[in-house]
Amino acid sequence: MSTLSTLSQPSVKKPKPARNRLRGGARYAPTLSTVGLFLAMFAVGAAMYPSFLSGQVFLNLFIDNTFLIVLAVGMTFVILTGGIDLSVGAVVALSMMVSATLLQQGWNAGAVIVLVLMIGGGLGLLMGLIIQYFDIQPFIVTLAGMFLARGLCYVISLDSIPVTEGFFTGMAQAQIPLPGDLFVSPGVLLALAIVAIAFFVLHHTRFGRTVYAIGGNEHSAMLMGLAVTRTKVLVYALSGLCSAIAGILFSFYSLSGYSLAAQGMELDAIAAVVIGGTLLTGGTGYVLGSVVGVLVLGIVQTFIAYDGTLSSWWTKIVIGGLLLVFILLQRLFARKTG
Amino acid sequence: MKDLFKHRLAWPVMALAALLLLNQVFRPDFLSLRMQDGHLYGSLIDIMRNGAPTILIALGMTLVIATRGIDLSVGAVVAIAGAASCAYIAASPDPGSPVTAAVAMLIAVFAGLALGAWNGFLVSTIGVQPIIATLVLMTAGRGIAQLITGGQIVSVSNDHYKAIGAGYFFTLPISILITAAVFVLAAVLTRRTALGTLIEAVGINPVASRLAGLRSRNIIWTVYIFSAVCAAVAGLMISSNVTAADANNAGLYIEMDAILAVVIGGTSLAGGRYTLVGTVVGAFIIQTLTTTVYTLGIPPEVTLVFKALVVLTVCLLQAPKARNLLRSLKAAPKPAAKEKVAV
Repeated sequence: MSTLSTLSQPSVKKPKPARNRLRGGARYAPTLSTVGLFLAMFAVGAAMYPSFLSGQVFLNLFIDNTFLIVLAVGMTFVILTGGIDLSVGAVVALSMMVSATLLQQGWNAGAVIVLVLMIGGGLGLLMGLIIQYFDIQPFIVTLAGMFLARGLCYVISLDSIPVTEGFFTGMAQAQIPLPGDLFVSPGVLLALAIVAIAFFVLHHTRFGRTVYAIGGNEHSAMLMGLAVTRTKVLVYALSGLCSAIAGILFSFYSLSGYSLAAQGMELDAIAAVVIGGTLLTGGTGYVLGSVVGVLVLGIVQTFIAYDGTLSSWWTKIVIGGLLLVFILLQRLFARKTG
Repeated sequence: MKDLFKHRLAWPVMALAALLLLNQVFRPDFLSLRMQDGHLYGSLIDIMRNGAPTILIALGMTLVIATRGIDLSVGAVVAIAGAASCAYIAASPDPGSPVTAAVAMLIAVFAGLALGAWNGFLVSTIGVQPIIATLVLMTAGRGIAQLITGGQIVSVSNDHYKAIGAGYFFTLPISILITAAVFVLAAVLTRRTALGTLIEAVGINPVASRLAGLRSRNIIWTVYIFSAVCAAVAGLMISSNVTAADANNAGLYIEMDAILAVVIGGTSLAGGRYTLVGTVVGAFIIQTLTTTVYTLGIPPEVTLVFKALVVLTVCLLQAPKARNLLRSLKAAPKPAAKEKVAV
């Protein structure tokens, strides 16, 4: 049992197979380079635009990306096991559609939120079960999940449905004041709470250790007697649940439901996780890194908004470029496989 | 008869036949073809013409998947190719001339070559997982296409360019003929030469094939270039059909349709075993499914739900675990059936 207690220390990583292990101190290198990148971008922004260097600009990165932070948390779990979830954007859209429609019909906000969470979690659970019990590649199953969720959005309505319900509009307008005339939205606190829970679960629970172990080497994890099957299914359920929460947060943000919402958001979530330093082969990465990854994506957008001459489509190109740089970094840090 | 059912194309072909029959029941003139102004018309021709871009991309995707890869960037390549050629035509001094159309097509094909080479470089030389390597272009590609078109939908009017997607040659739509030509080319190259076997070898075990002296790197490079060029030509067809380049929506989700066609056709996603004919049948099934949804009067938006169910069903049927389950289910009731006969 003493080995188990040392494993729970975040500073002492449990043994992982050599093929995915980063060499020595390089373990933190991808995440640290993301933090460095973020600070550098913030510094450049501050040098170029005087108003960039304000606490509120920094906090706005969180306010405008609450849903992406929550999505990235779920995606981090999935990618740590070596899987991928392409359905998250569509599930976000579905959650928004379901809540907007039901609220319009006069449902109670609490009931709507509970139902949406059940739908998201249920879809994720279903996908996890299919992936695990029929041994089909995650990307094809979650692709089907994406088709299904997006198709259901279209079935519900093709038009944008406004949300006028009191609780949702209240959440959209609420501002939590911070010292120094700063403020955040309630969604930010919820997102940060989810990040904290995810951090605790990943680094201080048996479930978290199993997630890392599966990503390191699933077969070894199985031989070690870890609950591989249950953990892998739960990881997809968790991602679905996070997508549903993100959908609710996005509803707070946009106060509407629209079938085409959150298109391509799965790519943003994957990009954030990768830029945050999580290895796509699984087994190595930090949920806090993913949060920094989201902030990097957010600051790219802020940059483009500040610089009036750049068009919004540069965002996609820059994100693609950053994704590439970090993938290449991963190849440098990780030992070559095969 | 039993051998016929065992053929790996049996199920896809039967599914296609069933879908066509279903349409015939609901619309009696569905299967009929007629000549009008020297062109063949009919729902079957429509299915083939509308499905041509998907078939083309699915052919490229088949070879990529055969090497145990995947190409998620085809939709972005469609957008870039359409954007590049339309932007060229729109900016040229003589937008209606055949030379302009020819140069525009060359630009699209070269764009495909370059983008495919880029994907191939990431996968074969850098060693990035294919799904991630092509994800980069999938993310950035639409941004690049929008950069080319300046964020606008670029409309062009050039009859020669319009011919690729909407023209006819010897009574048949040109897009069908192009797709058929690419299919024959791919089939001859991979089945009449050793290339097909080499591709399968790389898909089964890249390391072993390299040790056996195969230039697996070049083969991987080739399949990604082929896939992107197919996507670029499909991009030409799509933009020529609507005589405009839409960076946001051209080829949206087409990578999903292509992967779906490949999987339905019986090519294993695990690599090493592929069938080009199966892919074509798979693409026809998808296109017919879309048409069926219209025929039955179901709102077209529901197509995505149908596609999702089809992907899941096909994947479940292909999964070894599900097959074993089915086999044991089949085996179980057999004694019961015998008893019945005895009674």
